Amino acid sequence: MSPVTHMSNEPTGMPSGPRQPDYVPHGHDFQSITEQISDIVLVRRTGLGWIGSFLFSNTLLLVFTLVVIYLLIMGVGIWGIDIPVAWGFTITDFVWWIGIGHAGTLISAILLLLHQRWRTSINRIAEAMTIFALMCAGLFPLMHLGRPWFFYWLLPYPNTMRLWPQFRSALVWDVFAVSTYFLVSLLFWYLGMIPDLATLRDRSTTKRWQVIYGVLALGWRNSARHWHRYESAYLLLGGLATPLVVSVHSVVSSDFAISNVPGWHETVFPPYFVAGAIFSGFAMVLLLCIPIRHIYRLTDFITVDHLEVMAKIVLATSFLTSYGYLSEQTLSWYGHEKAEHYVYLNRLIGFNQYAWLAWCVFFCNTIAPQVFWIPRLRRNQGVLAAVSLLVLLGMWLERYVIITTSLHRDYLPSSWGMFQPTIYDYLTFFGSIGLFLSAFLLFARLLPMLSMSELRGLLPDAHGHEGGR
Amino acid sequence: MTCRKDLGSELIALERAAGTVGKRYWRSLEELSETKAFQQLIEREFPSQASVWPDSLSRRKFLTLMGASLALAGVNGCSVRPAPPAEVVPYVRPPEEIVPGKPLFYATAMTLGGSAVGLLVESHMGRPTKVEGNPDHPASLGAAGSFEQASVLTLYDPDRSQAVTHLGQERTWEDAATAISAAMKKQRNAKGAGLRILTESIVSPTLAAQLAELLVQFPEARWHTYEPLHRDEAHRGAEIAFGKTVDTVCDFNKADVVLSIDADFLASGPGHLRYAADFMSRRRVRTAAADADRAEMNRLYVAETAVSCTGAKADHRLALAGRQIEGFLRAVAARLGLPAGGGTAADEGWVAALAGDLQSHRGRCLVLAGDRQPPVVHLLAHALNDRLGNVGQTVIYTEPVDARPENRTRSIRELTDDMERGHVECLLVLDANPVLTAPADLSFTEHLQKVPLRVHLGLYQDETARQCQWHLPEAHYLEAWSDARAYDGTASIVQPLIEPLYQGRSAHELVALLAGSAHVPGREIVRRHWRKQWSERETLQDQDFEERWQTALHDGVVPDTKFAAASISLADGWQRHLDERGGDAAEPESPAVPSAANGAPLELVFLADPTIYDGRFANNGWLQELPKPVTQLTWGNAAIMSPTTAEQLGLKMGSYAHGGEHGGYYMPVVKLQLDGREVKAPAWIMPGHADGTVTVHLGGGREHAGRVGGTAEEKIGFDAYALRTSDRRWFAPGLKVVPTGETELVACTQQHHSMEGRDVVRASTLDRYRQNPHAIADEREQEHREISPRTDEPLTFYESFDYEAPKHKWGMSIDLTACVGCNACIVACQAENNIPVVGKEQVSRGREMHWLRVDRYVEGPAGEPVGFHFQPLPCMHCENAPCEYVCPVAATVHSAEGLNDMIYNRCVGTRFCSNNCPYKVRRFNFLAYADFKTESLRLQYNPDVTVRSRGVMEKCTYCVQRIRHAEIGSQTDGRAIADGEVLTACQAACPTRAIVFGDMNDPQSQVKQCKDSPLDYGLLEDLNTLPRTTYLAALRNPNPRLVTE
Repeated sequence: MSPVTHMSNEPTGMPSGPRQPDYVPHGHDFQSITEQISDIVLVRRTGLGWIGSFLFSNTLLLVFTLVVIYLLIMGVGIWGIDIPVAWGFTITDFVWWIGIGHAGTLISAILLLLHQRWRTSINRIAEAMTIFALMCAGLFPLMHLGRPWFFYWLLPYPNTMRLWPQFRSALVWDVFAVSTYFLVSLLFWYLGMIPDLATLRDRSTTKRWQVIYGVLALGWRNSARHWHRYESAYLLLGGLATPLVVSVHSVVSSDFAISNVPGWHETVFPPYFVAGAIFSGFAMVLLLCIPIRHIYRLTDFITVDHLEVMAKIVLATSFLTSYGYLSEQTLSWYGHEKAEHYVYLNRLIGFNQYAWLAWCVFFCNTIAPQVFWIPRLRRNQGVLAAVSLLVLLGMWLERYVIITTSLHRDYLPSSWGMFQPTIYDYLTFFGSIGLFLSAFLLFARLLPMLSMSELRGLLPDAHGHEGGR
Repeated sequence: MTCRKDLGSELIALERAAGTVGKRYWRSLEELSETKAFQQLIEREFPSQASVWPDSLSRRKFLTLMGASLALAGVNGCSVRPAPPAEVVPYVRPPEEIVPGKPLFYATAMTLGGSAVGLLVESHMGRPTKVEGNPDHPASLGAAGSFEQASVLTLYDPDRSQAVTHLGQERTWEDAATAISAAMKKQRNAKGAGLRILTESIVSPTLAAQLAELLVQFPEARWHTYEPLHRDEAHRGAEIAFGKTVDTVCDFNKADVVLSIDADFLASGPGHLRYAADFMSRRRVRTAAADADRAEMNRLYVAETAVSCTGAKADHRLALAGRQIEGFLRAVAARLGLPAGGGTAADEGWVAALAGDLQSHRGRCLVLAGDRQPPVVHLLAHALNDRLGNVGQTVIYTEPVDARPENRTRSIRELTDDMERGHVECLLVLDANPVLTAPADLSFTEHLQKVPLRVHLGLYQDETARQCQWHLPEAHYLEAWSDARAYDGTASIVQPLIEPLYQGRSAHELVALLAGSAHVPGREIVRRHWRKQWSERETLQDQDFEERWQTALHDGVVPDTKFAAASISLADGWQRHLDERGGDAAEPESPAVPSAANGAPLELVFLADPTIYDGRFANNGWLQELPKPVTQLTWGNAAIMSPTTAEQLGLKMGSYAHGGEHGGYYMPVVKLQLDGREVKAPAWIMPGHADGTVTVHLGGGREHAGRVGGTAEEKIGFDAYALRTSDRRWFAPGLKVVPTGETELVACTQQHHSMEGRDVVRASTLDRYRQNPHAIADEREQEHREISPRTDEPLTFYESFDYEAPKHKWGMSIDLTACVGCNACIVACQAENNIPVVGKEQVSRGREMHWLRVDRYVEGPAGEPVGFHFQPLPCMHCENAPCEYVCPVAATVHSAEGLNDMIYNRCVGTRFCSNNCPYKVRRFNFLAYADFKTESLRLQYNPDVTVRSRGVMEKCTYCVQRIRHAEIGSQTDGRAIADGEVLTACQAACPTRAIVFGDMNDPQSQVKQCKDSPLDYGLLEDLNTLPRTTYLAALRNPNPRLVTE
């Protein structure tokens, strides 16, 4: 299948660029690709910019660590949670990070199976982002426990109490869903990196790095047999990971949907959450790619065409997410259930409570992405970054609004209350961004950010290789 | 100490003398104790031992000593070295009554505001842990109010004063005794001319007799009484009506129609627990549906200022400014043919309907005037009861329970005058806090400095203690012997449950010291008094006395002490007093309706604080955190006003505190200016409050209450006493309210008034019930058909639980008609279940820990509410519990008896259960709330209930520990658990028996009958939770003439 015919699958009515993009790194050969990408790790000096960013993110990470220590000493009461709003920032942060992690699998698995070649330039970054986002996400449910040191009670392990987890609870499903997702994503990321690690091993000049990359490369010798097994395993993993794209966030949405809280108890939640997750995930990939391609001079590989196609996905998922908003509101109005109707109405007009946040959500998630209808704007990196940032903010607020507004005014008016975050709520959230950034900066410094082997496979010379698929 | 040494040497001597005992192994303690010498030792021992422990020799101490004696006698081989007396001596042979793990109950009584309530106090291994009402006591009938319930926490309060101090320096009782005796010696020569004693209302016959005796010894001395929440106006009203001071005792059992004039008889004042019980016994509709047309209810009319529990339960309530109420009553009286005259205010139709209703229930109605109202209102109430033929029926008059029913305000003024003139050389303040509570215009504190010797006896180093040279720690009522009379005169012996924790002594012991006698234990003083009383009437043998004494102690009431009805009638010419301007009676020319419009002056009303009373309970965390009925404010008072008045003053609800409506507000602070005095107070808006009036609760803003109740640096609330003068005691015109622009955090557990059109509290009227008893059931049916088809079978995926008898199927029913919203159940629950106090800041974050809350809803628009509802909310123990299926670790599970159990040890704290609980009855330990550190507070904990640490969810358990106790008891006896054998703490405390708990498998059980009532409904039934706690719909009985439907 030639790239051109493939791309003609795009809706014909859509205004596209002056040419059909083929996502092939033009003007490059095998060597230049390998050199440019591996040199970032092996040759490029550690710049002041990197050191500055790393110090900054480490400071955030330090704040995060201190907050967690304080949390363990004092208890979850340092946050603003109360009765009735017993879940606040932490669960919001959890869902947000998990959602961000979604783009990784989608790009690695589904787009792989669909032979979307534009994924090749961004899959490594997206997968790394997924791993780090999941690391952040996984911490939040632990921290949010009243007694975090007993987190392992949620795992089914043989014990003298002869107690299993209570499998009817969505929180137990969460444990399985998130841990499976993390493992598969990690495997996928690592497996895909093995040929590149071997390249790094071969190109590094110091003994130490030769050993380190050598160990990580698991003895990759680039033999045809290696390639054969590698390709099969990669494809299989892709198949395995595909259902996870749908399942993880569906399960996360069950944390809300299986409850009887008005505003949570919605059948639309699983698809709505999955769409929202992909939405925010792509926004994050965009936000990471835009500076990286400039700083590391990767504009040949991550082209504006790549950014544009991601913008289109953002636009599409924005519609799916907005459909969720519409569906919730309509069904609550149609269902005529007093408490539920009240919650949704309050979300829209309760300006003494959280309505202004809900309107921020609509602005960020529904209105802002509409600029991507205009080709000029969706190819403008400044606009792309700004909209991505808005989407990330909007998706965080969306989860916050869902959690808070549903809990704060449920069935009995006597128990109505408010949630107001404390400084520790903010510090925990921003601190977790420190963890993410620190991990990502290390990744950028120590591992190949783009898949050299796959990029090489895109070159016209690599037909034989492509035919092997 | 020396006595202890004597005991030791005596033992050695004894062992030597006995010879056979010392060097030989003995088989049992009994064998040893049988020796004659030992018997003698025991006999001789006690008179001397009594001086080792200078306090009374209680039964418990006796047994401890007995055990100790045996233990010491058995020691040989080593030298006999008795433990220092301060150390606890272990039981060698436990006292026979005490079985570890089994609580004992002792009858006693608590006095507050001039009347006592009989109590049963639960004791675990010698520690009183829980206060219950005494079913045999007329003022309790088994119920106990929040003050009584919470008193056990005051007992263990670590801030209580623990030592005798002189000018702040720690001293001993001996030093104090020397100093006081010296002063008394001097006074004796002067016949006591410089001696003054200040007490609160005394209802202890023994103490009254002791003081009277003291006054005989010191004829020139004076005994003053002052208490801020006094009954001056009621007493004066009786005086002008009958020519002498009498107490009014009501019998609500016989009253069909009740008119309450600013009297909150359901929740405060002498006898309120009994009154509430009697009143509700005439209001409860428990007829079967078939007999619905024979259902009857009494009818209640209330005219009042702030919304009280009584007002909230009224069938017809009129919100009037304090000074308008007199005019209203005059109008009613005029209509009933009394020469009242000058009646104004109020809606004529209302007055006519009310008068007609009273008229048609002659002898079966009751007019009741509140203590705040001026004497003339009381006079009118007496005259109305007389005219309506109620005297002897619903109302009787008795001699006053108060041993000295003098005018408190006059008394404190005389004392202050004497102090000012330097006539007072020695002032003893017994258990009173006049520095805080005396009228502001008397400058009590200033004049107090002129008294050369000032002695204060009290539970705390309070404001008065700090102004006195000597402070003597008082024994708490659970630590000391005394006696007290209830509202109807019935006397009880107050027996201690524990030796004084600190060095406290009772007022009896101090007065005995003043009288010059050597130290006499309190128990002896009380016994002597009753021996004298009983022998006055007949000759009494020692044995008879012991028997009677034991009976009185056991039953908690002294037989035949109830006051007989006095045969009095209105004094001639009582009409002359109708124009008397005593108390806070309205000036004839005073404006009828105060209004904030145009900046006109308002009226200020002083009210007892519903939770900290006059401020004395300020350091009691349970009471500070207890939501004040109706307003639901905690931790401090506020300037309460109606929405209209607030609007006229330009005041609005402030911004949300962290917890929002379930937490509090930053309320605008206003300056309350009255006659040149000024305090700053946060405003609070309460629908139903009379317009043009601002209500403040007394007792806030204390400077020396303790670490909980307020210090000079951190006050709880504001001090309303600063505005209260000797001539404006209850309500004062001319109040100016000046907004300051500042805000202050006001903690409130429920601000939202409206039910938002949801069927939270289902209400109906008697008439509608008679027409169709199934109306409520039909309404539910209708709604459920709309929402989901309802079957008798629970809609669930899972196999339903099996509760076939002989298993139990516990359930609870709460009668919303009967609940008066007094919140006593909340304190009872807190005491029983070791529920922590979290403090104002945490309450404002919506994190209070009460397992049981009483929701308050206002019906109708906020500006003009038409009714109030209270709804106690414990855990519903749902059959399809939403909390159970969302817990990932099975920490909350269904029990075989249908309870929704919480397993604290298993809880990891995900809080999903709380989110998923539509009733929001779950409480989470967000921080480490439980106090594991304070030594004395640990003694209070109920050993049957786990103390929860942080990170753990908790909630109402239906007092599962009590169920287990009953179960074990019934199994031991080989019988079934009887209905009513398991009383949950809330149920036991409830004065109106609104809460019923029992086995729904038993068709005869009370709870089953309630559940079969056509009024029964479950809260949020449409969620298919199948709640096990259900409600009986609230019924009212409005006057058909006033119903505008």
